[in-house]
Amino acid sequence: MTATRVQVVVNGQPESFPADTTLGALISRLRPSRTGIAVAVGDDVVPRAEWDDRPLRHGDQIEILTAVQGG
Amino acid sequence: MPDTFELGGKSFTSRLIMGTGGAPSLSALEDALLASGTQLTTVALRRVTPGTAGSILDLLNTLKIAVLPNTAGCHTAREAVRTARLARDALLTDWVKLEVVADEDTLLPDPVELLDAAQTLVADGFTVLPYTNDDPVLARRLEQAGCAAVMPLGAPIGSGLGIRNPHNLELIVRGAGVPVILDAGIGTASDAALAMELGCSAVLLASAVTRAQEPARMAAAMRHAVTAGRLAHLAGRIPQRFHARASSPGLAESPAF
Repeated sequence: MTATRVQVVVNGQPESFPADTTLGALISRLRPSRTGIAVAVGDDVVPRAEWDDRPLRHGDQIEILTAVQGG
Repeated sequence: MPDTFELGGKSFTSRLIMGTGGAPSLSALEDALLASGTQLTTVALRRVTPGTAGSILDLLNTLKIAVLPNTAGCHTAREAVRTARLARDALLTDWVKLEVVADEDTLLPDPVELLDAAQTLVADGFTVLPYTNDDPVLARRLEQAGCAAVMPLGAPIGSGLGIRNPHNLELIVRGAGVPVILDAGIGTASDAALAMELGCSAVLLASAVTRAQEPARMAAAMRHAVTAGRLAHLAGRIPQRFHARASSPGLAESPAF
């Protein structure tokens, strides 16, 4: 039986999405533009070329980062 | 002949690298960056929140200032390596200001984690600019690891305490085959001038400008201080003497009336 929703953690917040949601779709919900952002799942950076093909998987720890003033 | 600053295969005319943290507003930051004359400026990476715009990147892009992502906030090599890789993907640069700090009270670099992260990132093709302690031995190890520069602190980040151990800085400069960039601790213009007089190739600072009462004016002061210190270094200062040495000719040597 396939679960209809996946449970993931996005930037520290537990969230639930339809099972066929991709990383790309999740990112588009957060930010209209993909410029200047990067995504990691666990310790691994997911290159932007792979976002639209990478489905969310149960338990993914997703970090979506961008540049801010600092240093 | 122009006195260009070569770093990581690129050439800069400004020897002042700016940070963007601590500015009261984006417009104050813009004025300060312009007044500083900087060509390379750090940013940090943080979680995207809904609706946040990439305004700092837009600003640097408009001002044609190259962006240097840092790994501020990382406490382990593992975190720093991941942050650097994220920065590379987000900002399309393989340059990184590598920061791995030991604790939040001192923000001092953790030398073991720093060297570990530097080795990993160099092997991964990064141009690594490590924020390091004012330790000549660690500086040598970082250079041996393949870092494009070493960036010793003058004093803890944001402290404004200046260069607490000028002799260590001289030892680092004397031993280094890569550019030495004084990073952290600058409080005012004379600190930046001293760093350059001691032979640093550049100065990296943020708080001293962004938290000054008038950031743009302090940025101009830093720009001039870095230039003045560089010129003094190249010119070769006079040796310090215990006793006076007259600069006017003695009476016996001069023609009488």
